[in-house]
Amino acid sequence: MSEEAKTILDIKNLDISFRTNAGVVHAIRGVNLDLRKGETVAIVGESGSGKSVTMKAAMGLLDSNATVNSGEILYTFTDESGREQTVDLLKLPKKQLRQSINGQRIAMVFQDPMTSLDPTMTIGKQIMEGMFLHKGMSKEAAHARALELLTLVGITDPEKRFRNYPHQLSGGMRQRVVIAIALSADPDILICDEPTTALDVTIQAKILELIMDIQQKMKLSVIYITHDLGVVAKVADYVDVMYAGKIVEVGNVNEIFYKPKHPYTWGLLSAMPDMDTDDDRLYSIPGSPPNLLHEPEGDAFAARNQFALAIDEKLDPPLFKVSETHYAATWLLHPDAPPIEIPKELKARIARAQREVEKYL
Amino acid sequence: MLKYVVKRIGMALITLLIIVFLLFILVRIMPGNPFPSERMSAEQIANKRAEMGLDDPILTQFARYMGNLLQGDFGKGTSLYNGAPIKTVLSTCISNSFRIGGIAILLGTAVGLLLGIVAALNRGRFMDGFCTVFSIIGVCVPSYVFLIFLQYNFSFKIPFFPYFFDPSRFLFSSVMPSVSLSLFTMSTIARFTRNEMVEVFDSDYVRLAESKGMYGRRLVTKHVLRNALIPIVTVLAPLVVDLLTGALVVEKIYGINGIGKLMVDAIAGEGIDYNYVLALGILYSALYIGIMLVVDILYGVLDPRIRVAAKGEEA
Repeated sequence: MSEEAKTILDIKNLDISFRTNAGVVHAIRGVNLDLRKGETVAIVGESGSGKSVTMKAAMGLLDSNATVNSGEILYTFTDESGREQTVDLLKLPKKQLRQSINGQRIAMVFQDPMTSLDPTMTIGKQIMEGMFLHKGMSKEAAHARALELLTLVGITDPEKRFRNYPHQLSGGMRQRVVIAIALSADPDILICDEPTTALDVTIQAKILELIMDIQQKMKLSVIYITHDLGVVAKVADYVDVMYAGKIVEVGNVNEIFYKPKHPYTWGLLSAMPDMDTDDDRLYSIPGSPPNLLHEPEGDAFAARNQFALAIDEKLDPPLFKVSETHYAATWLLHPDAPPIEIPKELKARIARAQREVEKYL
Repeated sequence: MLKYVVKRIGMALITLLIIVFLLFILVRIMPGNPFPSERMSAEQIANKRAEMGLDDPILTQFARYMGNLLQGDFGKGTSLYNGAPIKTVLSTCISNSFRIGGIAILLGTAVGLLLGIVAALNRGRFMDGFCTVFSIIGVCVPSYVFLIFLQYNFSFKIPFFPYFFDPSRFLFSSVMPSVSLSLFTMSTIARFTRNEMVEVFDSDYVRLAESKGMYGRRLVTKHVLRNALIPIVTVLAPLVVDLLTGALVVEKIYGINGIGKLMVDAIAGEGIDYNYVLALGILYSALYIGIMLVVDILYGVLDPRIRVAAKGEEA
């Protein structure tokens, strides 16, 4: 987690809307995010908060009814001749994006391994495809490399699996194959879109450890999209909390878990199941996310926020700086705001967690 | 795979046997007379019945019929073609119907697939709309209406194609009936291909392929088409049978001596010709079963999930 590491992906002021039958849905409302080399960023939020859309925009995988209204996604890489280059992925024509970025620079692992492999093609062929496309490898070289990757992602008997079809593999194995496919052309950035959501709990940890292990070995920068704070705590260096198409709090993992500032983050943390909390019922944030078909005035979270101030109804809060790395978009951080503290139960919980951690240090 | 095929063939034969039996009974129960009765006296009819063994117990008749059938003998017509062997008559009709139907199938499938692919690749644009309209017209308007339209325009107004079928100029004179027959198949296949492809394009595995860097033609041929083709084979099967067995009205209008026309003659002639109805019924069923068999085997070729399961090799 070195502070001087170079930024390789810089999303600036991204704004995306979708045309639907019901009207225009303003799904992404000015997202800023950066990823530095070798680091792991997690984007956290409820379903529909725009986590996946943001990263799909970077991959050029947005559905055809999406419009990018403004913003840029700057990707910095070193080209073949060793020169450093920066391109705006949103401005790149789709063909060029597929030829020069997708797979070989930025690769993606999808949510549901049961549906993300082509059922009519062998595992081996699907892994080799990327190598043929981007590396122009010979069949023999690609075959050897595919076996290597299968071994790397922890698949036993790779020779046999190479010739298998997806339906012959279990969910966990298929996700390993999807990871192997993502790695097939040596990308710099790996985007993991809820990589463990569709898997059994017992497999989840293994897949996460595998991704972390590979990240070390291949010096990857990783972006996780998840709603599982357990995953975040395990893997992330930095956390971006997203709500209704905006990033409401960003910070390093310690700041988000131990010193959260945004009431939404408080809600998310309180909603995590925990054995030691005295409640009988699991806390959940009241209400549901706003329908972005009708964009809310002021802070989108205000309606569900028990700490909402009058100004929240009128004006969207800017990001207030908490520390060099920690920002939160809530009026509670304004100097004129009434002193509202983090809820008692959550505070107790965090204190407990910190003590817990100290035991191991 | 071989075991799978053998099993499927065995099942097909049993099905066919049951169908033949049911058909045999049904034809005997049918109201009406097997002979052109208006031209015959009661005595003649009685003689004829006795000669053809129609007074024997039904199971005896069935056993005799099956015995002949197994030797490839369909018997003689009871009222049509003065008792010429059915086999001879049928083979001419089959060759006409199959050739015209075959051309219609090839044309319908090829153009249908092409249209569907073009529509799917241009989703929401002009070609997609065009394909939709074309398909709706093709499915809704009966083929004989197209035929009459073609006859009016290309035989009458512009005298290029012949008015009626002419076996001596087979290919040339089968253009119009084949084209009009192919439109239904073409529309169905186009619509289906388009929808299947759109669905596959939206699938997670195509998204993964795109994230790998696949695009354009390679993406379509390697990932989209094969997956979209599997269900298309299913709809194609009954269409093929329909076309091969001839379209009653088109054959009648265009004067084609085919199975469709034969069927109409056998039922609506002066008497109901038991043996022709039976022979044609068996032919239809055998074709249907045969094509389903081919489809099942094709599935195995196209879809590894079926092939591998049939092999009995599980992970």
